[in-house]
Amino acid sequence: MFEWSRDWPINGHRSESTLPNCSFYFFFFFSARCSLFRYVPEMTGHMRIYGGEHPNQQILSRIATNDGHGENSSYFDGWKAYENDPFHLTGNPKGVIQMGLAENQLSLDLIQDWLKKNPQASICTGEGVSEFEAIANFQDYHGLPTFRKVLISTRNAELQLLVLTVQAIAQFMEKVRGGRARFDPDRIVMSGGATGAQETIAFCLADPGEAFLIPTPYYPGFDRDFRWRTGVQLLPIHCHSSNKFKITQAALETAYRKARNSHVRVKGILVTNPSNPLGTTMDRETLRTLVSFVNEKRMHLVCDEIFSGTVFDKPRYVSVSEVIEDDPYCDRDLIHIAYSLSKDLGVPGFRVGVIYSYNDAVVSCARKMSSFGLVSTQTQHLLASMLGDEEFTTSFLATSRTRLCRRRRVFTEGLKRVGIHCLDGNAGLFCWMDLRPLLKEATVEAELRLWRVIINDVKLNISPGSSFHCSEPGWFRVCFANMDDTAMQIALSRIKKFVYRENDAAVQAKNKRRWDDALRLSLPRRFEDPTIMTPHLMSPHSPLVQAAT
Amino acid sequence: MPQKLLSRKAACNTHGQDSSYFLGWQEYEKNPYDPQTNPTGIIQMGLAENQVGTPWTTPPPASSSSSLPLYPPANAILSFDLIEPWLERHPDAVGLRRDGALVFRELALFQDYHGLPAFKKALTDFMGELRGNKVKFEPHKLVLTAGSTSANETLMFCLAEPGEAFLLPTPYYPGFDRDLKWRTGAEIVPIHCSSSNGFRVTKAALEKAYQGARKRHLRVKGVLVTNPSNPLGTTMTRDELDTLVDFVVAKDIHLISDEIYSGTSFDAPGFVSVMEAIEGRQHVSHRIHVVYSLSKDLGLPGFRVGAIYSNNEAVVAAATKMSSFGLVSSQTQYLLSVLLSDKEFTRNYTAENQKRIKERHDRLVQGLRRSGISCLQSNAGLFCWVDMRHLLNSNTFEGEMELWKKIVYQVGLNISPGSSCHSDEPGWFRVCFANMSAATLDLSMQRLQDFVASRGGCASRPRRQRKKPSLGKWILTLSSSDRISDRGC
Repeated sequence: MFEWSRDWPINGHRSESTLPNCSFYFFFFFSARCSLFRYVPEMTGHMRIYGGEHPNQQILSRIATNDGHGENSSYFDGWKAYENDPFHLTGNPKGVIQMGLAENQLSLDLIQDWLKKNPQASICTGEGVSEFEAIANFQDYHGLPTFRKVLISTRNAELQLLVLTVQAIAQFMEKVRGGRARFDPDRIVMSGGATGAQETIAFCLADPGEAFLIPTPYYPGFDRDFRWRTGVQLLPIHCHSSNKFKITQAALETAYRKARNSHVRVKGILVTNPSNPLGTTMDRETLRTLVSFVNEKRMHLVCDEIFSGTVFDKPRYVSVSEVIEDDPYCDRDLIHIAYSLSKDLGVPGFRVGVIYSYNDAVVSCARKMSSFGLVSTQTQHLLASMLGDEEFTTSFLATSRTRLCRRRRVFTEGLKRVGIHCLDGNAGLFCWMDLRPLLKEATVEAELRLWRVIINDVKLNISPGSSFHCSEPGWFRVCFANMDDTAMQIALSRIKKFVYRENDAAVQAKNKRRWDDALRLSLPRRFEDPTIMTPHLMSPHSPLVQAAT
Repeated sequence: MPQKLLSRKAACNTHGQDSSYFLGWQEYEKNPYDPQTNPTGIIQMGLAENQVGTPWTTPPPASSSSSLPLYPPANAILSFDLIEPWLERHPDAVGLRRDGALVFRELALFQDYHGLPAFKKALTDFMGELRGNKVKFEPHKLVLTAGSTSANETLMFCLAEPGEAFLLPTPYYPGFDRDLKWRTGAEIVPIHCSSSNGFRVTKAALEKAYQGARKRHLRVKGVLVTNPSNPLGTTMTRDELDTLVDFVVAKDIHLISDEIYSGTSFDAPGFVSVMEAIEGRQHVSHRIHVVYSLSKDLGLPGFRVGAIYSNNEAVVAAATKMSSFGLVSSQTQYLLSVLLSDKEFTRNYTAENQKRIKERHDRLVQGLRRSGISCLQSNAGLFCWVDMRHLLNSNTFEGEMELWKKIVYQVGLNISPGSSCHSDEPGWFRVCFANMSAATLDLSMQRLQDFVASRGGCASRPRRQRKKPSLGKWILTLSSSDRISDRGC
């Protein structure tokens, strides 16, 4: 009936953005679909931005013409490569496999089964249609505090929806956290996906020019979500592989001091837990450190917990909500959680994000702002019924976790067999893959060269660490839950073939004594497994992207 | 909680929710009319808005145990009975099926911010149809947003820096203060329109507003109009549109035309879209942007479907990226793509809907006339711009508030005072008629009639010196009995 085209997934996978030091780009004329990536390389100095085509574009806003949306980044060239040549088992078996997409397709069949059993939930047939009017008209904000005390009136059908949706979400959030934290439905504000949730939080908490600290590597989409239209800055807390990218008190202090020294006001810390892109969860100690740090400095802690339902292995998940419930000294006004159903349920198309704040003023402000991205009531209706079915959510979460766990195990073991290691992870829809041994030199340029080979020759779209602002070159985020078993096996076999080819090339090179040992020894190889002896063949592609930090 | 921990936006009240416009809703919510359970309650006639449901008056949750800001009632319920049978006949569309097979998986994963191609095609076709197919709308120039609230804000983000200004003719929709200004930091400068010419936008008024902005050292980036007008219920004439277009060309600025009521135009002269007005003109199309939504024309505000239509590719590109902050649910896009693709349905729906709006509009106008109240002659929208200047005790906005309070508390009608719409003349009110049954509308008119009658001789004499001729042909003439009451008996 209509054709599907998936371009740029919006929520989980967005780009990296302008780096503080990069200057502006000329924009060619855009066409909505396919020219998102047209730009010419950096201009020197401070150039005025011109729109191109029409002279009036000089009178567009800076936001409309600058690069803050982050789509002109390396991250998205990979998307483009995938789009031009998408893998299909029968239709295009040699195409690029999409592994840059943190999407959870492993358990959609469970939801589909539920839908078949509960047809009324999508306001169809019989009883469903009778609810159409109330649902189509209902356009309320979310989490009305007094809804339970409302007079019985003819309009209560509308209200029921709100009550059910918000309660169902609160219940689901508690279930995801093993019942160890309580969520008050009155504090839930729905927003247009986690993207909308993050921007709303930034608008509420900081003025233009003020900053949030964020541990690296971090999800590139934050540059758009948190910064673009709000004018808020994100300043890195540098984390390293030496301690598995954990946030330390020292790293926090350093980042904070650095900001203060450059006269930037720090308004808070933004973390993802489970981490995107690491696939790890935070331990209680780290969370306590963060909570006491923000209390001490009087700033906010925003925890993005959109992957909380994907925790599939030990150690068990600890949400910030659990930590502050144990901490009588924490000022709860400083704590805010972003959540979404896109990852945990695998329904990014439904655009359901959640802001959960312990701060009354933030709840109130966010609720007003939610007008800019309300969730379709048709969708609320469906989700309220689905999430309200506890039996279903229990078995869904259990099955989803089992499948994710299995998928990750199969995938990482496959990688291990060819000598590729990943950071130990227990959550998320991706691995943080260590390809440092494959780098010719420990630079971002080398990382991007390797990445181009992987996209163009190996035909896998994975995301380079530099697009996540990682401070060590050679790490890549590889998503594993957006494909079926067969596609994953094909991806693995391509990687194997690539590594063997690299090994062969290395052996040959060695035989010819053309191998520059000195260069290899210069690699930072503190922690990786030395079993991989894979030098590299670097494609001559020119690195056309700007280097990430 | 020290406010400085939050942003200025969170701490300030430029969201505009403290306006009297919204206080009326609060009152309504405390005491909502219901024919069975609360027959003396307040009748909601303040509602035609897209974001009526927003919690304008919600205090922070912890302290709000007793406040009652409710959800809004339906706003355009006149024609739901037309949509429901369609849904029954098309279980696939509602049940997330295509040819009987579930499309849930595709929809759940669909998150392309360019939208479902089928939906955009159907929506642009529908927009063309509402404009008599005189203009062709192309899907690639359309950006989907979560309602027109978001569409307007997105355009502001694209077109203006903080501190730059847009000119808006008064009276204007109260929600614009939030939608256009709050988070973007843009400014609104009023173009003063008056009843003397039926609130038409003139070249002189435009120029005056522009110069006024310049005097305040504001850079003017554009003009924003609603056509059909909210709150006036009038459509713009071809001449007015030409004046506007000439003006934005001369000043090298943008023109945003919010056309969310385009499908409600029920009477002659017909609705003319700005897109039609610029046909054939050179070098203007890139500065013209249209905002659209299905909240009013299809009466589906809960589905949150808004759109920006622009010939300016840079704006389309930037707005598309920004739409990430408020996309339309794929489930909803799917349902509506099937619904709007049914041309026979949309034609019948629109015609029948307009017929019903006209009937209801006429009922309101006649009801008001029985109370000796006239309104601006209108041909679109879900409301009338009602002239109660003769009922004011003083020709001031205090006088207007005084009357408004009486109407809310004594008469039990929630209507919106002109001051909340930044009207320049006290005594005008916006009264919505499409969100209730005919019986309720009749009741509201009866209440109003009783109220006006009860004022009789005891009402204090209007102090203002009203210039009768200024009403001109734009205002429906008053009946003779009204003239008596108008003179204050």
